[in-house]
Amino acid sequence: MTMQQTDMATYNFAYLDEQTKRMIRRAILKAIAIPGYQVPFASREMPMPYGWGTGGVQVTASILGPDDVLKVIDQGADDTTNAVSIRAFFQRVANVAVTTHTKDATVIQTRHRIPEETLGEGQVLVYQVPIPEPLRYLEPRETETRKMHALEEYGLMHVKLYEDIARNGHIATTYAYPVKVEGRYVMDPSPTPKFDNPKMHMSEALQLFGAGREKRIYALPPYTEVVSLDFEDHPFEIQKFDQPCALCGAEGVYLDEVILDDKGGRMFVCSDTDHCEKRREEGHRGPLAAEAPEMHS
Amino acid sequence: MYVAVKGGEKAINNAHRLLADRRRGDRSVPAVSLEQIVEQLALGVDRIMSEASLYDRELAALAMKQSRGDMIEAIFLLRAYRTTLPRFGYSEPIDTAEMRIERRISATYKDLPGGQLLGPTFDYTHRLLDPALMADGEVEPGMAAEAETGRTPRVSEILAHEGLIESDGDLPDDHRTGDLTREPMEFPMERDIRLQALARGDEGFLLALGYSTQRGYARTHPFTGEIRIGEVEVLLEVPELGFAVSLGEIQVTECQMVTQFKGSAKSPPQFTRGYGLVFGQSERKAMAMSLVDRALRAEELGEDIVAPAQDEEFVISHSDNVQATGFVEHLKLPHYVDFQAELDLVRRMRAEYEANQKKQEGNGGDTLEAAE
Repeated sequence: MTMQQTDMATYNFAYLDEQTKRMIRRAILKAIAIPGYQVPFASREMPMPYGWGTGGVQVTASILGPDDVLKVIDQGADDTTNAVSIRAFFQRVANVAVTTHTKDATVIQTRHRIPEETLGEGQVLVYQVPIPEPLRYLEPRETETRKMHALEEYGLMHVKLYEDIARNGHIATTYAYPVKVEGRYVMDPSPTPKFDNPKMHMSEALQLFGAGREKRIYALPPYTEVVSLDFEDHPFEIQKFDQPCALCGAEGVYLDEVILDDKGGRMFVCSDTDHCEKRREEGHRGPLAAEAPEMHS
Repeated sequence: MYVAVKGGEKAINNAHRLLADRRRGDRSVPAVSLEQIVEQLALGVDRIMSEASLYDRELAALAMKQSRGDMIEAIFLLRAYRTTLPRFGYSEPIDTAEMRIERRISATYKDLPGGQLLGPTFDYTHRLLDPALMADGEVEPGMAAEAETGRTPRVSEILAHEGLIESDGDLPDDHRTGDLTREPMEFPMERDIRLQALARGDEGFLLALGYSTQRGYARTHPFTGEIRIGEVEVLLEVPELGFAVSLGEIQVTECQMVTQFKGSAKSPPQFTRGYGLVFGQSERKAMAMSLVDRALRAEELGEDIVAPAQDEEFVISHSDNVQATGFVEHLKLPHYVDFQAELDLVRRMRAEYEANQKKQEGNGGDTLEAAE
């Protein structure tokens, strides 16, 4: 019976015990060896709830070394509550250096976005994944979907996309848009907007995906071919915004819509806060920059 | 307003501080002690231990106190602690026939070797609120029956002599008991893993599923063969010593549900069993577990799988309340990036729709009606 105050300091480096880390690293290595394949792993209970990024946290905890520089984003932003919470967790249990600058980070844990700045060799992007199975909403049974992957039986997914077109005139999947990896496995990119899909293709960075509740890890090694599913006559398209970022004037980036009042007033600003701040530091200005100086405090 | 949805460290810290304040409540009321929780809210403590898969009353009480009485939060706290503990071995299987029994009932026999022992049960109380409990009055000490010593055969052993009930069965020599918490779950699963999952499964979920089997969704005609509650010894085989040493005693509730079975090509007509075992005293959970265990054996026994309670993937994938609450509650995390993508799509589709409407209006009213 150990009732003494259990301080965080008594936990192992990066929280997980070394045995668990080795188990997760084995799963990661297997995942890298078979890009896009979902490797089952014995996910642990973490001190944050399932759905809050326990898969990503376990992957990060297993690959983090004392010299790493960690960045954590949620919705593209470093200052969303959960990103703050996860960053603080690793500061506390691993005492690693943290940053908000994409280019300074060696490990970036993310939920729902890929940074706008192109990632380079030596960087690792860790995705938090809620439902790793791209076929899940078409077939709820794991026993079935595993068979479908084994047999490369992806007809159902194409039928789904086709039905979208038949009903709506275009594909109605806007995020978690399925991709095919190295011509073999269909993979869920996690619920990133499809805007980010092209960034995964031939990325110089290692991309790791952790799903804690569903107990799966998968990976895209650097320079992996990642193709968004589409049809010849309905090619894959990403979202386009009609206006630039209101703060930094950036175009061709993903924007958040910010409601300004209850009369329909709204502005569009960069979802990637680091990218936006960097541009403003470089002197770029959007149309509303002067009016909203405190946006990304 | 915008800044408010973005938390930042300060907001989180303030929220935690407020939580701690609310947890403590009115400071003029004495704080509840762990001893009080262990002694007076014992069944809640037992549930936390069961579903957290960690037998430690004091820690469970701490979790309950810290979670302000939110059971699933308490279970989560204890699980997150459990997962960091090193595994130094696996105990021998506990022998419930050797249990020091506090309660033992069978619904299938009027009397049986070892007797019926009601023990501390709510069963025959009248559910009338007792105003006397509002004051801290004297409570008479309980009168425990003279503890029976020695083995109390389990009811399944009684029927076994006639061959009318399936035996415990044998495991292959090379069978290594699985560990749900250390190996990835795979479907279909062996019964040992399934029982582990059910033992930590949510009481409410299993109760509802067990109930559904009684109402015709995979009916198994169950009888409570036996429920027993008491202390059993936990033994650990220490390789250096070459024999098993006692680690102490734990309280468990065991339920064996006996169900009719018409027989199949593989086995003769006989009674089959569903099994439930949980830490502490929790008959409801043990009974529900044994009903669901039996329902999940449908495939093994060659029964048709027609109901949710028989569907292993459905039941086991959704029985864990820590996982379930996490995923349900994660919906309150920001999703605005994806929502933005959907918003964009709906706006686009709406524009197309309105353009179509306009075109049809130009063509005359009839076509509009048809389109609607």
